[in-house]
Amino acid sequence: MTDLQPRGHYGPFGGQYVAETLMPALIELERALDAAADDPGFRAEFRALLADYVGRPTPLTRADRLAAEFGGARIYLKREDLCHTGAHKINNTVGQVLLARRMGKRRVIAETGAGQHGVATATAAARFGLGCTVYMGAEDVRRQAPNVERMRLLGAEVVPVAAGSRTLKDAMNEAIRQWVSRVETTFYVIGSVAGPHPYPRMVRAFQRVIGDEARAQCLEAEGRLPDAVVACLGGGSNAMGIFPAFLDDPVDLVAVEAAGEGVPTGRHAAAIAAGRVGVLHGMKSYFLQDDHGQILEAHSISAGLDYPGVGPEVAELARSGRVRTAAATDAEAVAAFHRLARTEGILPALESAHALARVGDLAREKGPDGVVVLNLSGRGDKDLATVLAWDGGEGGQR
Amino acid sequence: MNRLEQHLRAVRDQGRKILVPFLTGGYQDRDTFVRLLLACQDAGADAVEVGIPFSDPSADGPVIQATSATALEAGTTADTVLADVAAARARGLEIPAVAMTYYNPVLAAGGPGFARRAAGAGLDGVLVVDLPAEEAGEFAPAARNAGLGTVLLVAPTTPEARIPGVLARCSGFVYCVSVAGVTGDKRPAADTVAELVARVRRHTDLPAVVGFGVHDPASARAVGAVSDGVIVGSALLRAVDGCTGGAAVAAARSFLGGLRAALDKRAGA
Repeated sequence: MTDLQPRGHYGPFGGQYVAETLMPALIELERALDAAADDPGFRAEFRALLADYVGRPTPLTRADRLAAEFGGARIYLKREDLCHTGAHKINNTVGQVLLARRMGKRRVIAETGAGQHGVATATAAARFGLGCTVYMGAEDVRRQAPNVERMRLLGAEVVPVAAGSRTLKDAMNEAIRQWVSRVETTFYVIGSVAGPHPYPRMVRAFQRVIGDEARAQCLEAEGRLPDAVVACLGGGSNAMGIFPAFLDDPVDLVAVEAAGEGVPTGRHAAAIAAGRVGVLHGMKSYFLQDDHGQILEAHSISAGLDYPGVGPEVAELARSGRVRTAAATDAEAVAAFHRLARTEGILPALESAHALARVGDLAREKGPDGVVVLNLSGRGDKDLATVLAWDGGEGGQR
Repeated sequence: MNRLEQHLRAVRDQGRKILVPFLTGGYQDRDTFVRLLLACQDAGADAVEVGIPFSDPSADGPVIQATSATALEAGTTADTVLADVAAARARGLEIPAVAMTYYNPVLAAGGPGFARRAAGAGLDGVLVVDLPAEEAGEFAPAARNAGLGTVLLVAPTTPEARIPGVLARCSGFVYCVSVAGVTGDKRPAADTVAELVARVRRHTDLPAVVGFGVHDPASARAVGAVSDGVIVGSALLRAVDGCTGGAAVAAARSFLGGLRAALDKRAGA
């Protein structure tokens, strides 16, 4: 492959915007990914791990008491919160760590915000005996102390990143720097459908099991496809996990961005609603940035959505209109967290709570004969301190 | 042929090793930055690289991260850097100047429009770190039409089969990255650099200038001995750090003077 043509573009988005030092590694990764995808042995091993280690298939739970709150469509929850480690992130890290092992890499690195992807990477690395280093913004290390301890218990080294805003985007910058320094021996496990090609395609491939299962489960339960599928949207890994199975169907796809304190306040993470086209972390997409192209800090109560950009394929699906975007504020997400806890006995991750905050609108729109599927991407135990602090008045004061 | 390439080919053909300092645009402040540009010329630099700072410099080590953050806090933008280069030209800066930056500030500054303004301000070339050969088609034609050299990187990880494709999009000089890493990070090994430069020279007679990790007269001499010259950024900015104004300018002149002498000694030996 010496033609050096652009690769991995989705309309005007995507691509491979990295320093030359990393290009050969991306080309090597793409070749390895293609070879693995064609290898029945690799596919069988991945499927077996999803079943026996991750705990798949996850159920599709009908949520009648939640639906009764809105008086509209029937609502189903795709229960990614029941995956090992408590979120959908593990689907992807198991796949990437399997690929790393196949490529002969002895060490993996990852960036993490809230720590969920870091924990999922540390977990998969432990399962396969690979070394693991996780880069995490110093501010997030402080805010997410329990996940730091979990990663360390799993044998990973957690490196606090003190640069920039000391959050997820800075952790990703540092992971890229460390990768470039050890690129021959190290595999970089990216947690979202983001970064340079082939990462968006690879992460989507490992996560699409969510939608494949949900589609079959909905057909089984309802005898038909849903009218709408809704997911929260940060970088896009859970949205691009559940959406692809429905892309060719007459099904509304709705992605809910984090509006933080409200999009007009500027303190939010709604890259599609309020960002502009730019280049960061190896991809062209929508980013929150100032007039001079400096990236702005994102804000969300949910650390997993606290990222100033979005994956390129989601950006293109939003631009083309195939995916509809909406937004939910911190306050709406916390209210939705409580609503699901009390009506269904499930504590959702604050990320997923953003999708829950908009599911009522969709249920009413589709009416009593409608069916809506929501990707409940993670569980909320990790967010208890945040929610309790919010309820104690901290949120009201911000 | 753009002025950058003309000049650097002439320097090389005279048997002189090329010295290219890197300065973060707008650092430490706009006036000091202009004086530092002139100090580079006074100390015998053959061209100067001007960093347009970016909030997320993922190819840079701690020194350039810190100087970029300082410059951005002081209000530096792509257009203030262009204005400062124009000011330095008015005050006698004659050596070629190359903008070194990331793609996002270039896009925000108008892409092709930025290239035209840069040429108008007295820039001679541009190096966008996160535009590899695959993506260079998006901006390089506009830069070339504006008369700018388009410098690309060749790294130790670059397989020989890629090099012709990279060079087809490269003009001015070839930026040879001495180590797989970030700026100012690891120390280059002379044999690795020699091998890299030899690989590049099999495919081009563009000047092959080596950056990343050149940090003192000895490393400049060693790297210069196996290439057409050196780029020095982090070590220069570290030499300037800790003093301000005239003292910073004097520190830069002294540091670069040491490198110039080391390179010249080798060339004459």
